[in-house]
Amino acid sequence: MALSKERLGRYNPEKPQENRLTDLGPRHFWEFFPPVIKENYGTWAYHDILEPGVLAHVSDSGAKVYTVRCGAARFMTVEHVREICAIADQHCDGYVRFTTRNNIEFLVDSAEKLEALKKDLEGRKFAGGSYKFPIGGTGAGISNIVHTQGYIHCHTPATDASSMVKAVSDELFEYFKGMTLPAKLRVSMACCLNMCGAVHCSDIALLGYHRKPPIVDSEYISKLCEIPLAIAACPVGAISPDKTESGLKSVKIKGERCMFCGNCYTMCQALPLSDKEGDGVTILAGGKISNRISMPKFSKVVVPWLPNSFPRFPEVVENVKKIVEAYAKGANKYERVGDWAERIGWERFFEQCELEFTEHLIDDYRLAYDTWRTSTQFKFTDAAWALSKEAGGIE
Amino acid sequence: MAFEPVREMKKLNYDEMRIYSEAELKNYTEEELKSFKCKYEIPDLDELEKGPWPSFVSDTKQEALRRRKLSDDQMLIGRDVCEDMLGQLQTSFDEGETHWKHGGIVGVFGYGGGVIGRYSDLAEKYPSIAMFHTVRVNQPASKFYSTDFLKTICDMWEYRGSGMMNLHGSTGDLVLLGTTTEQLEPIFYELGHVLDTDIGGSGSNLRTPACCIGKARCEFACYDTQDLCYDLTQYYQDELHRPAFPYKFKFKFDGCPNGCVASIARSDMSFIGTWRDDIRIDQDAVKAYIAGDIVPNAGAHGKRDWGKFDINKEVISLCPTKCMSMEGDQLVIDNSECVRCMHCINTMPRALKPGLDTGITILLGAKAPILDGAQMATLMVPFMKAEAPYDNIKAFVERVWEFWMEEGKNRERLGELMQRVTLPKFIETIGLPPAPQMVKAPRANPYIFWKEEDVKGGWNRDINDYRSRHKR
Ligand code: HEM
Ligand code: HEM
Ligand code: HEM
Ligand code: HEM
Ligand code: SF4
Ligand code: SF4
Ligand code: SF4
Ligand code: SF4
Repeated sequence: MALSKERLGRYNPEKPQENRLTDLGPRHFWEFFPPVIKENYGTWAYHDILEPGVLAHVSDSGAKVYTVRCGAARFMTVEHVREICAIADQHCDGYVRFTTRNNIEFLVDSAEKLEALKKDLEGRKFAGGSYKFPIGGTGAGISNIVHTQGYIHCHTPATDASSMVKAVSDELFEYFKGMTLPAKLRVSMACCLNMCGAVHCSDIALLGYHRKPPIVDSEYISKLCEIPLAIAACPVGAISPDKTESGLKSVKIKGERCMFCGNCYTMCQALPLSDKEGDGVTILAGGKISNRISMPKFSKVVVPWLPNSFPRFPEVVENVKKIVEAYAKGANKYERVGDWAERIGWERFFEQCELEFTEHLIDDYRLAYDTWRTSTQFKFTDAAWALSKEAGGIE
Repeated sequence: MAFEPVREMKKLNYDEMRIYSEAELKNYTEEELKSFKCKYEIPDLDELEKGPWPSFVSDTKQEALRRRKLSDDQMLIGRDVCEDMLGQLQTSFDEGETHWKHGGIVGVFGYGGGVIGRYSDLAEKYPSIAMFHTVRVNQPASKFYSTDFLKTICDMWEYRGSGMMNLHGSTGDLVLLGTTTEQLEPIFYELGHVLDTDIGGSGSNLRTPACCIGKARCEFACYDTQDLCYDLTQYYQDELHRPAFPYKFKFKFDGCPNGCVASIARSDMSFIGTWRDDIRIDQDAVKAYIAGDIVPNAGAHGKRDWGKFDINKEVISLCPTKCMSMEGDQLVIDNSECVRCMHCINTMPRALKPGLDTGITILLGAKAPILDGAQMATLMVPFMKAEAPYDNIKAFVERVWEFWMEEGKNRERLGELMQRVTLPKFIETIGLPPAPQMVKAPRANPYIFWKEEDVKGGWNRDINDYRSRHKR
C-alpha cells in the first residue's frame, strides 16, 4: 500500500472514527531479524570483541555473526537514516539495529563482508568533517553518551543536550575507539532534574540544573494554572498562596527553601525557572546499573555547578576528562568508577581527580545522615590537614 | 525456532510505499552541500561541525539543503523547518534559555498519549517551527529494523513532518520531532494503515516497554526478552494508550544481571533474567583461560596490557561472595552461595555459563529524582518462571497495579507509594510474605509499629488496676 500524498491522508475529519486503526502495538520483532539471527536465536555460545567496535558471535552450530557498532548522534534526520539504510541494503541484506545507548549496529555473516563493511563505514564523513559512522563503543571503554532533548525540543531544560554531548564525545573519542579503561565507563546526560533517561546510575552523569527560584507570572497565574496544584507540586513547601495588588490570586515563593527542582513549572507554566546566569551543569560520578561484582549504585554529586559555556562547554569537558584520566590511571582491572572511589575512599577520589570539595557536596536533603562519616577510618589528604588546621588541631 | 505475531502483519515493501523518486532522493551535489549556508547566522552551531564525533549540525544541514531543493508539492510543512530549528537553537545559546513553550495538549483521537505538544515562543522569527509536536512511534523489541520499514518512515516523515527524529528516545520509542497539529491524525493513519504500527506511551499510562537484545545475539540471556516485551506490550495496549494510572509506569526487560537496558534504575517494574541451578563449567576452557589460550572478558580489555590472566586475582578473589575456589586444576563454585553477579561469567564466558533452569527476578519502584530523590528498584520476587503465555507474570503485574491505582496519589510513582505506605504494608497488601531478600539489612531502630492484635491482651488497660500495684 502506498503512502498517501493527500493533505489529510487517509483521515477524514468529518468522520474521525472512520477506518481508525487503534491498539495495533509495535510490529513484531521476528520479521526484523536478519536470517543469521533467526537461525541461531537462543543458541549463541560465545563472542569475541575482535577490535574496538567489532564483535564476533559464534553459535552452538558454529555459525558466526559479525557486528560493527558505530557511534551516532541520537538526533538524526531522514537523510542520515536513509544513508544508514543504504549501507544496510548494500552490506547487511537490508537489516540494521540500534542499541539502548543509541549506537548503530550493522550485522554481517562473513569475514569478507565484514572487511568491506568496515572500510565503507570508515570512509564516510559529513561535509563539516566529522565521522558519520565512527566504529567503537565496546568493552572497557566509553560507549555512546545517552541524552535527552535540551533546547532542541523541551520547555524545561537548564542546559542543552546535543551540543554538550557532541563537545564531550569529541574529547573522549579515543576512549570510544579504544578499550584501554579498567572497565566500561558509561556517560549519560540529562538537561534537567526530570532526567528523561534516568542518568542517576551512570559512571559519569552530566545534569542541567537551575539555581534561581521560579519567577511568578502573577497577573496570569490564576488564568493559566490550578493554583492549589502548583502549591502541592512543591516537594519542600516553598510555595504559598498570595494576592497581587490588583487582587488577583497568585502565589509567592520562599527562595531560601527552593531546591530548584522545577516540579512547580512542570505543573504550572506561569512559574518559569530558566535563566542565563542561574542555569548550568552538575556532574555526578560513580553510579552503575550492572550487578557485576558490586550492587548497582547511585551516582554522587562531585561538581556542584559549572556554567553553560555554549557551544563547547570547556569547563564540563575539563572536569569529565579529569575524572576519566584519574580513573584510567588508578583503578584496578574490572573496577567501575564507583567501585574505585569506594576502595580508595571519596576523599582520595577528590584528590586524585583534582576536584574541589565544597559544602554543596555534603548532603542536607532527606536521609542526608546516611552519607555522613561515622567512623575514625579515613585517609589524610590535603583536605584533612586544612580541616584540622581550621579546627585548631595543628599549626 | 520462530515466534509469531499476535496477528497477521502487513508486508512492507518500500518501492510500493515510497513518496520520493530516486532522483528526488539525490537532489543535491557534494559541492552544493559543502557551500551550503544556513539562512541565519549560527556561529556556535557551525563550530559543532568540527571534531570527530558525528555532528548533528552537519546532518541537519543536509536535510535543510534537501528541503530547499524539493518542489513545493513534496512537503506539507514549512520548507525551512530545519533552518528555523537551527536558528532558534542559536538564539537559545545566545540567551541561555530555551524557546519552547510549556506543553500544549494535542494528540490523536481516543489516545491519551504518544504525542508531545510543542510550540515555539519565537513563532514570528521562526515560523516553520511555530508548531513542533513530537510523535513517539513504538519501536520493535530490541530495535532491529528492516530498511523497508525505516525508509518508509523517512518518506512519510519528510512529507508530513520536519524530517528530524531521534533514534531513539530515552524510553525506547522512535521519536519523530516536529510537525503541525493538522498532520497528527494523518501521520497516525499512515503509521497504522501503511506501516501497520502504533504510537507509544506518554502521560499517566504504561510507557512504551523496552528490552535488551537478549537471545537474539547474547549468550547470557536467561529468557526471551523480546518475546516477553512484545507480549506484554500487546496485552496491555489499553493501559498504554488510555491514561488510567496515577502517573507513568515503565516496564523494562534485561536478560541477565548485567542490565544492558538499565531496568533496575529506569523502570517501575524491572524484569531481570536469572537462574536457580548451577553455573555450567567447562573445565577444559577454564584451563585454557589459565594457560592464556583464550583472552579474558571476550577481549573487552584488548587495547591495554594488563599482564597475564590470573584466575585468582581476576576472578576468584573478586567474587563478591568468595564462593569460588580451585581444587587442583578444577574450578569449584559453591552455587548455593553465589549471588549471580555475572562477574566470573563475563570474565571467562567460554568456560562459564548461566544455569539452565532460568527465569526472572522482579524488582519494583525505580524512578528519577523528582520528587523525593532517585530510587532504584527494590527486590520483590526472587524467582519466577518466564514462559509464554506469561500468565503468572501478568497476574503479578495486575496485583501491583490494583493497589497502585487504588492508593496512588496523582503524580505518585510506584516507588514513592511504596515509601509512603512503607514496604511492610506494601507487601502485605499485594500479598507477599516478608523475606530478608527484600532488604540489604534489617532495621537499626526498634520503632516497630506493633499492632494491637499482635500484643496479648490488647491495648485497653485500666489505670486503677495499674495503681493497685504502683503507688502514685
Ligand atoms: C553472538 C554473540 C555475542 C555478541 C553479539 C556479543 C556482543 C557483545 C557486546 C556488544 C559487548 C560489549 C558490550 C558493551 O561494551 O556495551 C559484549 C561484551 C561482552 N561479551 Fe559478548 N557477545 C556475544 C557473545 C559472547 C559470548 C559467547 C561470551 C562469553 C562466552 C560473551 C561475553 C562477553 C563479555 C564477558 C563481555 C564483556 C563485558 C564487559 O565489557 O565487561 N559474549 N559482547
Ligand atoms: C559489567 C557489566 C556489563 C556487562 C558484562 C555487559 C555485557 C554486555 C554484553 C555481553 C552485551 C552484548 C549483548 C549483545 O549485543 O549481544 C551487552 C550489550 C549492551 N550493554 Fe552491557 N554489560 C554490562 C553493563 C552494561 C551497562 C551498565 C549498560 C548501560 C548502562 C550496558 C549497556 C549495554 C548496551 C546498550 C548493550 C547493547 C544491547 C542492547 O542495546 O540491548 N551494559 N552488554
Ligand atoms: C517527573 C519526571 C519527569 C518529567 C516531569 C518529565 C517530563 C518530560 C517532558 C516535558 C518531556 C518532553 C521533552 C520534549 O519536549 O520532547 C519529556 C520527554 C521524555 N521523557 Fe520525561 N520527564 C520525567 C522523567 C522521565 C524519566 C525518568 C524518563 C526515562 C527514564 C523519561 C523519559 C522521557 C522520554 C523518553 C522522553 C522523550 C524525549 C526523549 O527521549 O528525551 N522522562 N519528559
Ligand atoms: C528511645 C530510645 C531510648 C531511650 C528513650 C533511652 C533512654 C535512656 C535513659 C533514660 C537512660 C538513662 C538511664 C539511667 O541511667 O537512669 C539511658 C541509658 C543508656 N542507654 Fe538508652 N535509650 C534509648 C535507646 C538506647 C539505645 C538504642 C541504646 C544502645 C544501642 C541505648 C544505650 C544506652 C546506654 C548504654 C545507657 C547507659 C546505661 C548505663 O549507664 O550503664 N539506649 N537510655
Ligand atoms: S530532562 Fe528535563 S529538560 Fe531534558 S527533555 Fe527531559 S524534561 Fe526536558
Ligand atoms: S522549583 Fe521545586 S523547590 Fe522550587 S518552588 Fe518549584 S517545586 Fe518548589
Ligand atoms: S542484559 Fe544480559 S542478556 Fe541482555 S544484552 Fe545485556 S548481557 Fe545480554
Ligand atoms: S556469578 Fe558472581 S557471585 Fe556467582 S560465582 Fe560468579 S563471581 Fe561469584
